[in-house]
Amino acid sequence: MTLLVNGTPVSVEPGSMVSAAVAGLCRESVSGEPRGPLCGIGICFECRVTVNGRPHSRACQTPCEEGMEIAVASAVEQPLSRQPLSPRLRATYDVVVIGAGPAGLAASVRAAECGARVAIVDDNPHPGGQIWRAVQSVPRPEASRWLRAAERHKVDRIAGARVFAAPAPNWLALETSDGGRELKYGRLILATGARERFLPFPGWTLPNVMGAGGLQALVKSGLPIAGKQLVIAGSGPLLLAVAKYMRRHGAQVRLIAEQAGRQSLARFAIGLAAHPAKLLQALELRASLFGIPYLTSCWPIAAHGRGKLESVTLQQAAKTWTVPCDYLACGFGLVPNIELAVLLGCQVERGAVAIDEYQQTSVPGVYCAGESTGIGGVDLALVEGEIAGYAAAGALARAGKRFAERRRHRRFAARLEQAFALRDELKYLPQDATLVCRCEDVAFGRIRDCGGWREAKLHTRCGMGPCQGRVCGSAVEFLLGWQAESVRPPAFPVRVGSLIDTGSIL
Amino acid sequence: MGQSCDVAIAGAGIVGAACAMECAAAGLRVVVVEPGPIGGGATAAGMGHIVVMDDSPAQMALTYYSRTLWRELAAELPPEVEYVEAGTIWVAADSDEMAEVHRKKRVCDGIGVRTEVLDSQALAEAEPNLRRNLAGGLLVPEDAVIYPPCAALHFMDTARRLGTILRAGETAVALSGQGLSLRDGTLLSAGITVDATGAWAAGVRKRKGHLVITDRYPGFVRHQLAELGYLKSAHSTTEDSVAFNVQPRRTGQVLIGSSRQFGAEDSAIDTPILARMLARAREYMPGIADLLAIRSWTGFRAATRDKLPLIGPSAHDPRLYLATGHEGLGITTSLATAKLVVDRILGRPSAIPCEPYLPGREREAQS
Repeated sequence: MTLLVNGTPVSVEPGSMVSAAVAGLCRESVSGEPRGPLCGIGICFECRVTVNGRPHSRACQTPCEEGMEIAVASAVEQPLSRQPLSPRLRATYDVVVIGAGPAGLAASVRAAECGARVAIVDDNPHPGGQIWRAVQSVPRPEASRWLRAAERHKVDRIAGARVFAAPAPNWLALETSDGGRELKYGRLILATGARERFLPFPGWTLPNVMGAGGLQALVKSGLPIAGKQLVIAGSGPLLLAVAKYMRRHGAQVRLIAEQAGRQSLARFAIGLAAHPAKLLQALELRASLFGIPYLTSCWPIAAHGRGKLESVTLQQAAKTWTVPCDYLACGFGLVPNIELAVLLGCQVERGAVAIDEYQQTSVPGVYCAGESTGIGGVDLALVEGEIAGYAAAGALARAGKRFAERRRHRRFAARLEQAFALRDELKYLPQDATLVCRCEDVAFGRIRDCGGWREAKLHTRCGMGPCQGRVCGSAVEFLLGWQAESVRPPAFPVRVGSLIDTGSIL
Repeated sequence: MGQSCDVAIAGAGIVGAACAMECAAAGLRVVVVEPGPIGGGATAAGMGHIVVMDDSPAQMALTYYSRTLWRELAAELPPEVEYVEAGTIWVAADSDEMAEVHRKKRVCDGIGVRTEVLDSQALAEAEPNLRRNLAGGLLVPEDAVIYPPCAALHFMDTARRLGTILRAGETAVALSGQGLSLRDGTLLSAGITVDATGAWAAGVRKRKGHLVITDRYPGFVRHQLAELGYLKSAHSTTEDSVAFNVQPRRTGQVLIGSSRQFGAEDSAIDTPILARMLARAREYMPGIADLLAIRSWTGFRAATRDKLPLIGPSAHDPRLYLATGHEGLGITTSLATAKLVVDRILGRPSAIPCEPYLPGREREAQS
């Protein structure tokens, strides 16, 4: 498949995202710095390109099409030519599920099994969420089972759609690349998943410094990685999974830097004995990582390079040293995506959506399942999704039968959280000149003395760009203890025209 | 009597901050009490349009005087205030509104405000993204746009360098001529107390507004654009209204307004009014529908019955001053308001007559 990138033909594998076609090209940030993708999953807006004349399009969420014209330019762009839009669609469902990852798929299948008419909405062009990303080209038996079940039960899939407003009770407004939709629901299940937590350190804005899950998502979307030198850093089991995946795809993983200490991991490993399946997974992972140094109490303190990453300086105890590499894949745990829940008025506790035993939020009729209720991994997400699906369809007895399994997975999640808790030393990584807000290029020194998130936003523009604070918000929450503000529509950047259309719902 | 300061100001919005700066510059000892961020209320919610308005001679005198003060100050404003003399274009949709253009020009000519009448073609050249069949407009080239929270911060920083004390994170729960009572029971005694709490001051009504800002599209809009119908909308004191009013930010972002609602106390986005406001903008600039909106918000203007601010001693207490009721013009008139307040405190003559803005006038008008 061939696309035109800045006027030059570029060939990509069919099924690739535009991010693969523009690999190696940098856009310019608002202050003229070179930038590449960070999150790989449509959150950070660092991969914005102009697609067929439409500026500010996310390369990582846009499937390649033959003959597509792509321009990689700056964060400021000329207005686009007018785009033809399809007429808006309006539909009513018993149950609408937001998010087609494990929790959302399980929820949609269970609700549909009980006879509910169900739609599942996802920002990504393909189902599977992040853990089962690109399931169409990377087969996963468990994912395929759920996908087939969803098809069998006639769950309507609405892909490439962003929910940006709840303009009236039981109504959601969605935007797709070619228009908009309005969905009316009886019950709503939020399965919006999680994103990586990125922590700022000198050089973290260099192209090719990206999320650990972010790099994996980009490789799944067609970014060539064979033969590249990688350093993987941050925290959590995701680092191991990413290392395994990258090695299988021909990358040379130099080392894994885990910020958690050896003791805390040892306690965690002993605890795995109570979860035989997890222990097996851990052993398999370890075997497949054979030869890759796994350094604990170790973290990056600076990334270096001219125009793009060339090396990273790591610290372990009193020792610091520099490792040359092509990519630094760096994620400090996961953060629940709660924006839509907050927009709907759902209560939040400790950064996750608060739920009752049937996965119902504080708003009656609105359920939440998976990572958005707290980070717990795929097994917990699946069982939570099943419970939410059953409960939303009124099958409370069937939901209740899954409580015991959920309890077991939750215990594991709690151990995980404890083992990989972020250490305080990481709060001192950013220097005054280190950018915190990558949308507006706001340095840490400008926000450090602000009295809170709102003051920082008003006086420095921190968090005021298109990612709406999703990247810097979870960083400053850790660095400075600031809590995010309320969420207003649009919960995601959308066309002004889409906001106009919400007025006609009432 | 031992007073902790000469002037105690409640509120560090742009009006309170400007008052603090002027008082401090005049050598007065000032304390400012502000529960939230500086410039975090209506100052942050508004557009930041420095504009000469001619609803009434008194409004014109105040806005023109204040715009002059902004222009004098412009050179020393830090870059984050984003002061740009982008100019205003009052857009005329039809021949009726074109007649209003000419009336407005005569009024401006009368007091020396520079203007230029644009015919249909000149308007299209000045703003290519406006729809084509508009009648013309009135360009007011010396009007400006700013980023108001940083202007308020700059005023407050200037005041602090001159000795003003900011009590951040504290709330004035009662105001009188004797001073301010704080939530913890402390009384800050003062020679003069200034109520600059905007829509939360006694005697004003809240008028809710919505705004939407887009991603960066430099050059899409070049001047502050407002429909002449805006005057009709802004005049209505009963019905909810929207008007075409867009602003180019220095960042290349487009700020889209405006809406006016009485009786709305809830700060949540009101979807139908937001949609109406944006639809109005689309009528004038069809291409605006394709820009990406990244944020919306609301705020409360402090409105008065006669659409003039309340500046000076309150009717019942000569030591309790009001500096509120600016409605949509608080950014523009903050500097003039501060001058009038200090002139009155010090018994100095003012550059313009202060009587039209004195708080007592409302009572007289009612009786």
